[in-house]
Amino acid sequence: MKTFLNKNSPYLFITPALFLLLIFSIVPIIISLIISFTDINITGLADWSKIHFIGLSNYVNLFNDPAFLQSIGNSIFYVVIGVPFVIACSMGIALLINFGDSWIFRLFRLIFYAPSITNVVAVAVVWNYLYNPQFGLLNYMLQFVHLGPVPWLQDPFIAKISLIILALWRAIGVNMLIFLAALQGIPKAYYEAAQIDGANSWQRLTKITIPMLRFATFFVTVTTLIGWLQFFEEPLVMTSGGPLNSTNSIALFIYQNGFQFSKFGYAAAGSMILFVIIIVVTLIQFRGQRKQQDNQM
Amino acid sequence: MVLPFIWMLLSSVKTDMEILQIPPSIWPKSFTLDNFITLFTQMDFLVYLKNTIIIVLFSFVGMFLNAIAGYGFAKYRFKGKNSLFYLVLATMMIPGQVTMIPVYLLLNMAHLTNTLLGIALPGMVGAFGIFLFRQFMSTISDEIIEAARLDGCSEFYIFWKIILPISRPVLAVQGILTFIAGWNSFIWPLIIANDQKYYTLSVGLALLKGQHASNYALQMAGSAFMVIPIVIVFLALQKYILQGFNVSGMK
Repeated sequence: MKTFLNKNSPYLFITPALFLLLIFSIVPIIISLIISFTDINITGLADWSKIHFIGLSNYVNLFNDPAFLQSIGNSIFYVVIGVPFVIACSMGIALLINFGDSWIFRLFRLIFYAPSITNVVAVAVVWNYLYNPQFGLLNYMLQFVHLGPVPWLQDPFIAKISLIILALWRAIGVNMLIFLAALQGIPKAYYEAAQIDGANSWQRLTKITIPMLRFATFFVTVTTLIGWLQFFEEPLVMTSGGPLNSTNSIALFIYQNGFQFSKFGYAAAGSMILFVIIIVVTLIQFRGQRKQQDNQM
Repeated sequence: MVLPFIWMLLSSVKTDMEILQIPPSIWPKSFTLDNFITLFTQMDFLVYLKNTIIIVLFSFVGMFLNAIAGYGFAKYRFKGKNSLFYLVLATMMIPGQVTMIPVYLLLNMAHLTNTLLGIALPGMVGAFGIFLFRQFMSTISDEIIEAARLDGCSEFYIFWKIILPISRPVLAVQGILTFIAGWNSFIWPLIIANDQKYYTLSVGLALLKGQHASNYALQMAGSAFMVIPIVIVFLALQKYILQGFNVSGMK
């Protein structure tokens, strides 16, 4: 009996968690792939005989759907503008905070980290108020420097930027901590040696610090890129994708088609495309990283 | 960086009238808690709060499942262990939007839509949590476990009485992150709950934003009610959260 228990206990221990992961992560991918070839919608949900295989129609329709193409364009915009900003800001702030260890630096670390743990809806509601063209604080402050009023969420182009600012504000915290951890791992001896050789602080930054942060930068780049490709809650709560579909992301497009228009098959096809985009982008990143390492060897 | 928080707090204690003034007043002329009272008397925030707490409790059950699975992967040798563990890690790559629709269909088939269980289930366990527990528990020495086994302790007793107490640092980090994630949960309640009875605070707040679009004082009070508990938890336990990044192997 004892040996029986010992042999089986690891399986007993991992089964509950593995079962839930299987049901809610792995099985859904297969279902998603299958239903992306069907026309399942709200009637198909109640009566399975109403579901038909329609081959690649969903995919063909997606690439002829201006709303989908626009959401891809918007997502590319978010990635191209958002990723460099997140990396630059979180690395810059980490470098500044790393200068000292007094209470003021620790306070700033807390302040910059705080936005990333707060509720996205609450944050979006607060920023929505800040961005209000009439009563908002931002336009009121801009008045003092004789600027504005800025149509933060009303202009199709500025609305995208406004959402990026909000997401940047939220994203800095976690990435800053990753950079800080990496900065503390750089051996002090490198800097001492560079100082003896007469390197100035700019050279020390560009020749030692930034190259030594290579792995952290890579990690932050990959996770941020994936994060921006899945950009969802901010446009959902702030703008619902508007004005004129200009802030709609791929993820939000999938949500709208799935849960507002109940076109489950169509939305599943969109989600498979998003999945492929994420995998391809991540693989390119890893390949680039490897090439860079080879060159340095 | 803190400006949005301060503005939120200041605005949440202003009256309706004052908030729509042009130019806006920076410091509230008269402090009022009416907005917070309205949330609970005229809106259903008490129900949302109750649902949110139930979701948080479910998440803690999930954390326990993560811990026990992490222990299974850390301290046992069994057939298919490595491939199963890679499978767990692979689920981290799957974007939420891909699973959103099929999970809804699955829960719908199981008649779990519009139940709190249905809202909680999809997010209960996570690969990242299993991974962190495994990393920490692999560092526990085998001798302790062997000694307990020789004394005739059952495997579950060993986990409960020996492994969990030793794992207190990682439990603290995971506990805080679990609380924050449960408290903030938004997507699953939004998708699974059609009835306001099952809304969580964040979904209720999104609804409030739609229904009372111009009542910013009320919106700010709702936001403050969501943010303040998290900020208090964060300030009280920040030592553990910031340490968590070292536990998670980022060093």
